[in-house]
This record gives sequence, C-alpha cells and structure tokens, in this order.
Amino acid sequence: MSTRGGESREQPQPTAVKRKVVWSQAFQAVLVPALAVLTALIIGAVVIAITDAAVVAAYRNFFTAPGKALAATWQAVRTAYGALFQGSFGNPQELYQAVKVYVATKETGPLWQALWPITESLVAATPYILAGLAVALGFRCGLFNIGVEGQFFMGALASAYIGYRLTTLPTLVHLPLAVLAGALGGALWAAIPGYLKARTGAHEVVNTIMMNWIAFRLSDWLLNGPMKAPGYRPITPQIEPTAELPRFFPAPLRLNVGFLLALATAAVVYWFLFKTTTGFEIRTVGANPRAARYAGMNITRNFVLAMVLSGALAGLAAATQVLGVDHWVGQGFSAGYGFDAIALALLGKSHPLGVVLASLLFGFLRGGATRMQSLAGIPIDIISIIQALVIVFIAAPDIIRWLYRLRAGRGIEELVLTRGWGG
Amino acid sequence: MPPVLELRGITKQFPGVLANDHIDLTLEKGEIHALLGENGAGKTTLMNILYGLYQPDEGQIVVRGQPATIHGPNDAIALGIGMVHQHFMLVPPLTVTENVMLGVESVRNGLFLDHKRVAQRIGEISRQYGLEVDPDAVIADLPVGVQQRVEIIKVLYRAADILILDEPTAVLTPQEVERLFQTIFALVERGNSLIFITHKLKEALHIANRITVLRNGRVVDTVTPDRTSEAELAAMMVGRKVELVVRKKPASPGDVVLQVQGLYVLDDRRNLAVNGVSFEVRAGEVLGIAGVQGNGQTELVQALTGLRPVMDGEITILGSPVVRATPRQILEMGVAHVPEDRQGDGLVLSFPVHDNLVLNTYYLPPFANGLITQEEAVIATASRLVEEFDVRTPSVFVPVSTLSGGNQQKVIVAREFSRPIQLLIAAQPTRGLDVGSIEYIHNRIIQKRDEGTAVLLASPELDEVIALSDRIAVMYKGQIVDIVPAMGVNKEYLGLLMAGVKPEEAVRAAPPQVEEIEMERVF
Repeated sequence: MSTRGGESREQPQPTAVKRKVVWSQAFQAVLVPALAVLTALIIGAVVIAITDAAVVAAYRNFFTAPGKALAATWQAVRTAYGALFQGSFGNPQELYQAVKVYVATKETGPLWQALWPITESLVAATPYILAGLAVALGFRCGLFNIGVEGQFFMGALASAYIGYRLTTLPTLVHLPLAVLAGALGGALWAAIPGYLKARTGAHEVVNTIMMNWIAFRLSDWLLNGPMKAPGYRPITPQIEPTAELPRFFPAPLRLNVGFLLALATAAVVYWFLFKTTTGFEIRTVGANPRAARYAGMNITRNFVLAMVLSGALAGLAAATQVLGVDHWVGQGFSAGYGFDAIALALLGKSHPLGVVLASLLFGFLRGGATRMQSLAGIPIDIISIIQALVIVFIAAPDIIRWLYRLRAGRGIEELVLTRGWGG
Repeated sequence: MPPVLELRGITKQFPGVLANDHIDLTLEKGEIHALLGENGAGKTTLMNILYGLYQPDEGQIVVRGQPATIHGPNDAIALGIGMVHQHFMLVPPLTVTENVMLGVESVRNGLFLDHKRVAQRIGEISRQYGLEVDPDAVIADLPVGVQQRVEIIKVLYRAADILILDEPTAVLTPQEVERLFQTIFALVERGNSLIFITHKLKEALHIANRITVLRNGRVVDTVTPDRTSEAELAAMMVGRKVELVVRKKPASPGDVVLQVQGLYVLDDRRNLAVNGVSFEVRAGEVLGIAGVQGNGQTELVQALTGLRPVMDGEITILGSPVVRATPRQILEMGVAHVPEDRQGDGLVLSFPVHDNLVLNTYYLPPFANGLITQEEAVIATASRLVEEFDVRTPSVFVPVSTLSGGNQQKVIVAREFSRPIQLLIAAQPTRGLDVGSIEYIHNRIIQKRDEGTAVLLASPELDEVIALSDRIAVMYKGQIVDIVPAMGVNKEYLGLLMAGVKPEEAVRAAPPQVEEIEMERVF
C-alpha cells in the first residue's frame, strides 16, 4: 500500500534526527525566557538611571552637555550592575589575588573571603531549585500548587523537630531521617488538597491557599508553644550537629551538601517525568486529561500522586534550608520561597533543567542585591522589580515576541500549565 | 459588466508553507462558484484574506471593478461580502432577533433596542428566500439546520450580496441539505453571488456553475460541472487517481462480539442521551450507526468504551459484561477506539508522534520494563508504524500538532489497528479529512473487517455509513429506530428516519431497499 509516488525517504539515524528536533525545540523554549531576562535587566537599568540623583541632575543640562548626561547614566548603571555582579559572583581580581596568596603561603583566609559571594548565591539558589521543581511537577500534571509555601513550612518544622528531638543518633541515620521528615511533612500537607481534588473535585488552587494559612498559623502556635526553645524568641531549638547537612568550606561560608542534593533531585525529577511510565501518565494527564482517560490512565490517582510528590519537593526545599543553612526554624521563616517558586517554574518552562537555570539566576540576583545596596547605594527593591518584570514577560510572552519580532512557536509552545479555574 | 469579485494573483506565505500561491478567482454576478480542495489546500486562507482576517503578501482583490483593501470583517461587510462560517457564530441563549442585530443594533430613542423593526426585517428576508425561522425563538432550542438559516439571515441583514459559505452541509441531514440548496438557488436568482467551499464532490457538481479546485495553495483548474466528473475532480484535488467506491466482499459474520441490551446513558447535562438501545455486532461485519450528530451516538460510544457511566442496561464484549469496566480493562479485552474528537480525546497534541503511537500501550512490554520506559523500543515501533500506515511526518520526534488532520488521524489508526483487536469502535473516523486519507482509512477498516474484527462505525456522513457498513442502524433522539441491511439500501428512507420520521411512515414515503434483495431484518 505504497502511495508515496517515487519519493523515497532516506531515513537518517533516528538518534541524529531526535537530537536535531530536541535542540530546535530547546532553542525555541529558551529564547523567550532569555530575552525576558535581558529585557528586564534593560528596564532595570532605566529604573536605576532615573532614580539616581546625579543622573537626573545631569539630564537637566542635557541640551548643553548631552555627553555628560549619557556618561552619568552609563556610570550609574555600570556601578549598579557591577556591584550586582560582584555581589553574586565575587570580585575576579580579589579571587585571583586570593588564589595567588594561597599558592604562595597556603593561607586560606582571603580565598574563603573571595568565594563568599558566589557560595552565598548558590546557598540562595538551593531552596529555589527544590521549590521550583515542586511547582513545575504540579504544572506538568495540570495542577497549580500554590501551597508550596505552606508545604515548605510544614517540611521545615518536621525536619527541625527530628533534628533537635533525636539526640543520640549517628549522622548516617539522623541526617537522612531529618531530610526525609522534611519531605514527608510537605508531602502530607499537599496530600490533603490532592485527595480533596481527586475525591470531590475541589479545586487545588483554593485548597492549597487555605492550607497555606493553616500552615502559617499552625507554625505560629508550634513556635510559641510545643516546639519553642527556652527563652523569649519564638524559635525552635538548634538542631543536633548530627542532623546538619555538611558544609564544604569552613564558617562563615554556608554552601553545603544541600546544593548537590537539589541538583541531584532535579536530575531525578527529570528522569521520573521523562523516562518512567508514571511520569508519562502525569505528563499526559497534564497535557490532555481527556486523552489520558481515553488511554486508560487513572486521572485521580495521578492527581494525588503529583500533588504528594510536589509537596515532598517543597518539604525537601525546607529541609535543605533548615539542616544546611539556618539550623533552626523561626517565625516567618520562609522568605516567600513558595511564591517565588511559581515564577521559577514558569521561567523554567516546568522543565527540571529550566528550573535549575532559573533558580541560579534568582539566586545570583538575590545574592548580589545586598552587595549592590551597600556598594552602589541602589535599593534592594530594584531586584524585586527586575524579578517582577521577568515574570511579567514570561506570563505575557507576546510582549517579548512583539519587541523582538519573533514569530509564535508553532504548536510546540502550547504546554498547558494549568487547567481552567472553574474546576 | 465586470465580475462582482475578482482575486488576482493572491499569495500568502506562512512560515514554511506557501498557503496561497498566485491564486486567481473570479465570481460573476449571480454565480455559484464552488471552491473545492482537500484540507490544507488553502481554501480557508484564501477566504480569510477575502474576509480581511489576513493580508495577502501579493495580489489584488477587486470588488465590482474597484480595487479594494480589506482590513477586517467590517471592511468586508461594507463591501457587501458576508461569510457563513462552518462553526456558527451565534450566541445560544439569545433569540434569533438578538443574534441577527448583534453588532448592528437598531435603537429606539437612542437607547432602547428596537426588536420590532429587526424582527420585521427578518420576516421580510425569510419570505424572500424561503428561510423560515421564528424571530423570537432562542438559538439553543433550534435544530442545526435552522441555526444555519439564522447565519444566512445575519449576512443578508447586513446587506451582503457576495456570500461565502464555508462547508455549509457538514452538519446537515440529507433533507436539510436539499433545503439549503433551494435557498442557495433563491439567493442567486435574486442577484446574489455565492462562493461555496466544500470538499464534497457531489455537492460541487450538483449546485455550482463553476468549480475551482485548489491543491497545495495553487489553482489546479476552474471547470464547469458539465465538462467534468467526480473522478476527475477527485484526481485534481489529490493529484492522483482516487478510488471513490469502497470495494469490499460480502461480509461473513461470525460469533457475536459486542452485545448491547436495553442501554440507557445520560449526557453531561444529565439528560437521557441513549434511551434503551439494543443491538449486536458480529465478528467480521460492520454495523454502521447513522444519524444526525447529537442524537446519542457520542454517548453510546463513550459508554461502550468505558468513558461514560451506564445508567441501566447490559453491555457484553466477547461474553463478559463490561458495564462497570474501566477504559483500560475494556482496552485490554481487545477493543480499539477511534474517537470522534481526535484532538480532544485521541491525541496529546504537544507530545511527539512516537509518544502518541503508544498512548495506551506505553506501560506494556516492550515499551516499558516495569516502571521504566524503553525509549528505543517505542521509537523503533513508532518508526515502523509511520512507514506502514503512511503517516507523512518529518520524523517521529515532532509534536503531533504539526501534522495535518489526515496524518493525525492516521497516527490514531496506526495505534489502534496495530494492536491485536477483536472489536473496533470508530466514531466519525474520517471527519474533516481529505479524499486521499478517507480512501485510506476506509480501506483499512474493511481490511480489519475481513480479518474477522467486529466493527461498529458511528458517522453522521450517510454516504460513509452506506459505503462501509454491512448493516445500518439509524439513531434518532437516543433510540435506534431501525436496523436495515446496507446492501441496496434506500438513502432517502434513512434520511427520513434520521429526520425523526417513524419507520411506518417512512416506509410509505420511500421503501427501505431500492434493489430487490432478501430482507433479513434483525428485529
């Protein structure tokens, strides 16, 4: 039954074809986020310039001395972004000197000092990666888990509790136990809205938001009551050293095994989503629930599973923060990780690699922000503005396409992130 | 006198596709001009250019001798060009009058809607063209054929005299089609001109003064019906000779594979959609279910495949009851399902072709080893199926959304037919497909039948049901009104049943069989 009139198709190696297709899709997928970040940085530069008194003053004389105004603008932006870069990656010169000192004298002090900015950025990126993966996994199943923040709280409390309560265990037992407790805390908290959705069809957006508030108030009570450390402050006791995630460098550098754990988890999530049958089911349910049903998949089971796994990742994010960085939990403990995670999942297109890259970006922005404030006198809020702009451009990719005259990706772009709000 | 409408060298380039390539088309006053072509031939692009939804890259539109630029539907309407879309643009909860005046509302005292005047004008148009409709009726309550009349009235109300009808017969019963044709003749008699977009050869031959065939964005030829034939038109459309009739041997039915007894099923709005249906399908035969869309066929198929709960009744497949079985259990009994809504149910558009080819077998060896997907096996099988079922795709790795409708359907057919199956349930398997794909899928279905598969075919295309089936059941308002042998069946009789005429009365108007054959009614 050959109807292909004379057009013989020379089949190239399937793997080579696949590589080509995957690369072109990856390029399409990365293009808009990359341009979004670039555009946000450019607009950020404009904001920096117009809020700088010297620049504004220079522009008063724009018509008599335009060169001066432009120079002042360049100066302001360069100082700000220079400080941002130094704050997030460190000063290359300083690092070079420190390495030289180390080679000559085996003196490590300057080296650690030079490494401080970049390690802090990676410390900041660690919970971002895991929380971002949590939201991304939900998106892949067509679920909008806004409850990552609450799950993060519950994970933090659970791992802190195991961390300080069990006192006689060796590290080899205690640490994994504390990490698992965090994941379990988040998973259980997410299981409730997951179960409600599967059982009654209650929309997960509403229920996860409510679970957030329950988590906030519950943690307030626990930190002021049963889990409160002796003293006045509403915080838990310090965790045992046996539950701490090992750090790579001496204090005060805080980069720890949690960062590697986050990267490894991203790899596992990738493997799970793209190389297992359960991952295939979750992605099918997310992309087209009707087709999933037609193909004999159990939609409610996948909803619950995706929700539980998403919560576990959120709890894991909290565990790395508690066991690796803070070593205790206090009130208002999360810096909004659960909400930033939504932006990260969007920016990373719900792909584990994308989430890692987006989280590193946010980590470096956050890490550099403080330095920018102290060195260049630029308010830390400028980073929030840049982050917000990135999110706006990701949420409305047509702005970016219009700005850069891109044509819409054909069909490939249409990853449905979440189902309708009506249920 | 210049033609009312002239398209000169219209060219439209989309990324990677030349949708329209220097298309010339003239429409004379009072002419019915059929635009014939497969899906993706460029018909819709051309009409969207004419309606101002796209701007041509090259070429000129000339209306009544004057060059025109059309920037949107408003410009088109101002030039007297009106379009009746395939999917109606009506607001279901509003009345006919309200729908007609939507966008061009008449007002009294600058504030109040003037229903009366509009209703009056609708009455005039109705009488002029035989478009009977009650101006106060709510759209949602009207049958599809009447809704289409409202669409036509809408266009005429806006004083259009160049009408474009996009696949107007797709949703109609044979009787409604005949009625539409009467309206069309009345329209051109009164000086309107008409472009009739279709992929049905018979219709084009029946009503058009001239037929222009498009293929791959180019005009193949413009012909008059008296100088051409179905076979020639089909060859022009597809670019090769096409077998128009389905060749098949008489069926040799075997054991009962699917038995349905007193089945009741509710639809989404909890109305009784399937109302006490009983039938059986034997191995090696095709039972066709004819009926206008929306008479319970969808719900029946969903109930049979486990996608919709059964309220009452029995379904037995190969002797086992499946009323409470899950879709997967039914699938594993050897049931294949070609769903009616291929993009909604049958495919995950954003997934690559290879994943769609294992959409319901992904968890079985060799595609999975326990929990782990065996990518090489999936790709190897997918590549083989793409070859075997002639799916035109650059590779198995591209998203299935980038394939044409015909090739998307072939992906589903490849997936379903390549499993060992006992029962094939096909719902509208060729909806919206081009002649070449239809021919291919029809042959595959008959091939399955000849291999001894029981086939249940539900389709509102009466020609398709008659061509493929061994027996035909007509469904109306959730009930099977009659089951007749397909050999020598009288199309008119089926049409009457589809329109709701009782078999006793229909028999008087038209005998069920036109050719003398032994009558073996099933019940």
